[in-house]
Amino acid sequence: MSAIATVDCDVLVVGAGPAGLAAAGAAARAGAGVVVLDDNAGPGGQIWRGAGAGVAAPDARAAAPWLDALEHPRVQPLAGARLFAQPAPGLALAETPAGPLAVRHVRAVLCPGARELFLPFPGWTLPGVAGAGGLSALVKSGTPVAGQRVVVAGSGPLLFAVARELKRHGARVLLIAEQAPRGRVARFAAGLWRWPAKLADALAHRAALAGVPYRTGSWPVEALGGEALAAVRVSDGRRVREIPCDRLACGFGLVPNAEPARLFGCAIAAGGAVATGARQETSVPGVFAAGEAAGIAGLEAALAEGAIAGLAAAGAGEIPAGPRRARERARAFGAAIARAFALRDDLRALARPETVVCRCEDVTRGALADQPGWRAAKLHTRCGMGPCQGRVCGPAAEFLFGWGAESVRPPAFPVRLESLAAAGEVPPGGTEGP
Amino acid sequence: MSARVTLSVDGRAVAVAAGASVAAAIEAAGVAVFRHSVTGTARAPLCGMGICQECRVTIDGEPHRLACQTACAEGMRVETAAAGGSRGVGR
Ligand SMILES: Cc1cc2nc3c(=O)[nH]c(=O)nc-3n(C[C@H](O)[C@H](O)[C@H](O)COP(=O)(O)OP(=O)(O)OC[C@H]3O[C@@H](n4cnc5c(N)ncnc54)[C@H](O)[C@@H]3O)c2cc1C
Ligand code: FES
Repeated sequence: MSAIATVDCDVLVVGAGPAGLAAAGAAARAGAGVVVLDDNAGPGGQIWRGAGAGVAAPDARAAAPWLDALEHPRVQPLAGARLFAQPAPGLALAETPAGPLAVRHVRAVLCPGARELFLPFPGWTLPGVAGAGGLSALVKSGTPVAGQRVVVAGSGPLLFAVARELKRHGARVLLIAEQAPRGRVARFAAGLWRWPAKLADALAHRAALAGVPYRTGSWPVEALGGEALAAVRVSDGRRVREIPCDRLACGFGLVPNAEPARLFGCAIAAGGAVATGARQETSVPGVFAAGEAAGIAGLEAALAEGAIAGLAAAGAGEIPAGPRRARERARAFGAAIARAFALRDDLRALARPETVVCRCEDVTRGALADQPGWRAAKLHTRCGMGPCQGRVCGPAAEFLFGWGAESVRPPAFPVRLESLAAAGEVPPGGTEGP
Repeated sequence: MSARVTLSVDGRAVAVAAGASVAAAIEAAGVAVFRHSVTGTARAPLCGMGICQECRVTIDGEPHRLACQTACAEGMRVETAAAGGSRGVGR
């Protein structure tokens, strides 16, 4: 039996997005030794993806002071390292390019962020159809879109950030289709003065997107094409328009990545986010959660929650009022987004009986229609049993059929066999004080 | 900043910016279909962030690698569905 590479730390931080960076910095400055795991090749998470590598530019300046956390002498960043199991308290297993790695820790801060909500509609599996944040992430990593015609669709303020990113890389953004009705979006915009940073963002987006039509009360009903996308059909409830395009970037909001917290045994709140308290503590002693995994509220909330969690995990007594206030303000913004961009019922009717819902196993809506729930669907149709382990079709099925999610079993992510073998032969875990 | 790496996609050489993902290199090589699903339909990246597994390709002989989360390296060999990489394998 080969011994597994092992590192020890006071605080394990999972995720090097804004929340994880803030947590790592705060914990290290408070005296803790920190290991930061992230499954991407570089730090930054979603919004600051590539900021360190020079691929993405405009956000790099905002990201720089936070990325500095990784330079702290007490912080050890590990890129390309994906947490996949927690065989015992105080012991986490990650898959890295160099093989499996055991991280013994006293406390953990989970900051794995969020993913997009994808809803099935005819043609959504065609190459050329990607997520909204998804295409933005791909472009930030170098995927070429210059000169291409792109329709951006779905819901939420993220669509603006995405359209802007695409335009900056030379794409022709033909339309931004927002499913939320005009009245709700207008009320949301009118209330933005309460978050000056968000108002400034919104104005900057508007200026950068001058000439790009933004249509509320509009949603994609079908993507057309043979082996690749050729056009998208967009409805406003009365009329359907067909728009020839090279790409469709479509996402219907964000879903917390709760899997790492489930691995640690943490309670999940209604709505799917990790349940946290005033110090960002979860239901498991010594385990904290921050950022969008703990509730969808954007960048400022992720930074404030990360700082609080980092301090708490390092054993700080009192949490300063600054980050606590910032967290409250940012969470109010998250709540305003949830209200304004709630999804319309029409979206439940997009998938036809022959439309694939589970992309890994090609399970259609028709095959799922008779199933009483998620567990039965998995058993009888293999829905959610493929490599993504239900992380795409699970939230979609929840929206379509009202099925609840369920607990994960390790590995929560696809791993190589050698990593799985490692789970059985790891050294005993660290200790956890109450 | 403008350093470039050269790799091969389905046998064809492509040069991309250092730091670019394998997914970016595949599209830069003009390949739109990354893999085929269990029933044989064409697929390409959906999430861009390591969730959906639709971007799986063969990298340096190892199948089922995520193109969206793998950075390009000099001399890397990438095979998509067109070259039989990750073809028809769902799990
Ligand atoms: C695809 C996408 C694109 C987005 N683009 C923008 C944008 O352009 N502008 C904007 O304002 N907001 C954007 N958002 C919203 C964004 O989520 C928040 O603004 C902010 O980045 C949240 O910070 P976070 O630290 O909570 O999470 P994230 O930034 O998501 O960071 C979480 C990190 O944890 C890593 N991780 C997850 N699971 C594991 C694991 N098991 N092991 C190791 N590492 C793991 C992830 O790879 C990621 O790097 C986007 C969201 C998504 C899903
Ligand atoms: S595009 Fe979804 S995992 Fe790579």
